[in-house]
Amino acid sequence: MPDWRELYQELILDHNRRPRNFRRPAAANREAQGFNSLCGDRLVLYLQLRDGVIDDIGFQGAGCAISTASASLLTERLKGKTAAEAEALFRRMHALLTGVPEPEDPAQPELGKLQALAGVAEFPTRVKCATLAWHTLHAALAGGQALVSTEE
Amino acid sequence: MASLTTPSRASGPAGYDVEAVRREFPALAQAVNGHPLIYLDNAATTQKPRVVLAALRQYYERDCANIHRSIHTLGERATEAYEHARRVTQRFLGAGSAREIVFTAGATAGLNLIAQTFGRMQVGPGDEILVTAMEHHSNIVPWQMLGQEKGARLVAAPISDAGELIWEEFERRLTPRTRLLAITHVSNALGTINPLRRLIAAAHAQKIPVVVDGAQAVAHLPVNVAELDCDFYVFSGHKIYAPTGVGVLYGKSEWLERMPPWQGGGDMIRSVSFEATSYNRVPYKFEAGTPNIAGVIALAAALDFALQLGLEASAAHEERLRQLATERLKSIPRLRLIGEAREKVGVLSFVLAGIHPHDVSTLLDQQGIAVRAGHHCAQPLMDRFGVPATSRASLAAYNTAAEIEALAAGIAQVQEMMS
Repeated sequence: MPDWRELYQELILDHNRRPRNFRRPAAANREAQGFNSLCGDRLVLYLQLRDGVIDDIGFQGAGCAISTASASLLTERLKGKTAAEAEALFRRMHALLTGVPEPEDPAQPELGKLQALAGVAEFPTRVKCATLAWHTLHAALAGGQALVSTEE
Repeated sequence: MASLTTPSRASGPAGYDVEAVRREFPALAQAVNGHPLIYLDNAATTQKPRVVLAALRQYYERDCANIHRSIHTLGERATEAYEHARRVTQRFLGAGSAREIVFTAGATAGLNLIAQTFGRMQVGPGDEILVTAMEHHSNIVPWQMLGQEKGARLVAAPISDAGELIWEEFERRLTPRTRLLAITHVSNALGTINPLRRLIAAAHAQKIPVVVDGAQAVAHLPVNVAELDCDFYVFSGHKIYAPTGVGVLYGKSEWLERMPPWQGGGDMIRSVSFEATSYNRVPYKFEAGTPNIAGVIALAAALDFALQLGLEASAAHEERLRQLATERLKSIPRLRLIGEAREKVGVLSFVLAGIHPHDVSTLLDQQGIAVRAGHHCAQPLMDRFGVPATSRASLAAYNTAAEIEALAAGIAQVQEMMS
């Protein structure tokens, strides 16, 4: 039996109460909207990308504790990272949240605080809450490539 | 079954023995996450009583054959049970004739059937189809699709903050262009009971036919289509103790006779050649293909069960629980109840300040309490109340006062966990 404390760890509750980077960065040049049709939740993720580096990142919207904390932890982790690092982390998080066993790979990114989201894999009805922000990130990065090239 | 109404110490004021009712539902006697199951998601689907499960078994273990065509004993038994179900349904709804009862896959299928047959006859360019702001998506989208096809406009009558239709606003939208009124009997997200007789009389005064979505009504209040004088009434079996995948469409025979068939196939024809096909009579012309025979037979068992329980008695029991639940929930700080119509069934939609309904649902489930979280397939209604989603506890004949107390305590615990 999964325990609710595995899902609602103190770190998750803290990021839900006080979401980090809950704003639109003034110089944001990428954004994507995530929509969970199951519950109607929406979030917008903003990136300020420069030379392949995420200079600033933020999000807005309303969602459950899991989706809010997931988005908040995402922004905290990715500020200052490259788009390639963000993509690698997206793949790692997707596997973690959907409970796909991963091969040992020293090259894959460390989870750190993001490990707190691992409990969601035991709650099939809540997996989409946690993956929403990460899919939105993936879309923002993909959409951003084209925009970057036109600016260059 | 007689024991269900026998007074006992567990009885409520009217001699309703809820513990005896509960014993008829095997699924209720289980633990979930280490707690006794408290099932409060009845507006989504109800649990099934033994008589319904027995009817399914009997068909599959003894009487399994196709209907209306098999000239052998099993075929005769299956056909008789299937047509018996039509007569049971007719009596249940108070319809004038069993020919006015069409079996469908559910309320959604019934509404689509009406839209694609009757709707296509009835609605033309520039016409209006009137619905209300509290409709389920299944009573919005089929009409929207019809409107797009025909160049007609979908109009929604607004509701008050309490979740009631605003009479003057409704009346104002009954115009010479209105060709059809499609309205829910009971709101799935708010519990509001619409004043159908008055609404139907007002529509009929302007010769506007009325389609009623009864999905949330049939299990919770007695329905008589002859008294209502509605033109169509649809419901789903699974919301009244029957299996999923079966439903009922009642239509006045004068309409059913004039309507074209919906789907083509076997059973709906009289004769077929490559040049032309003549159609079977009502209601068979609307039942193409082998239907959900076991589901229909089990539906009759479910309706008989509801009638033996006594819809007046179970409705009175649910009303006592609703009043208790309303009182308990309203005393919880930072809880907003959504839907406070004067006439309503046991549907309690609520939001907790600062806590998302999904989190509420997961944390209540950890205590064995099943409630729904989401938009309840009524996004326009959620927009009306300015919330993306709500939590919803919905009652049935087998719920108890102790379960309501556990819900209230559970919500308080959720607030503590998330604080």
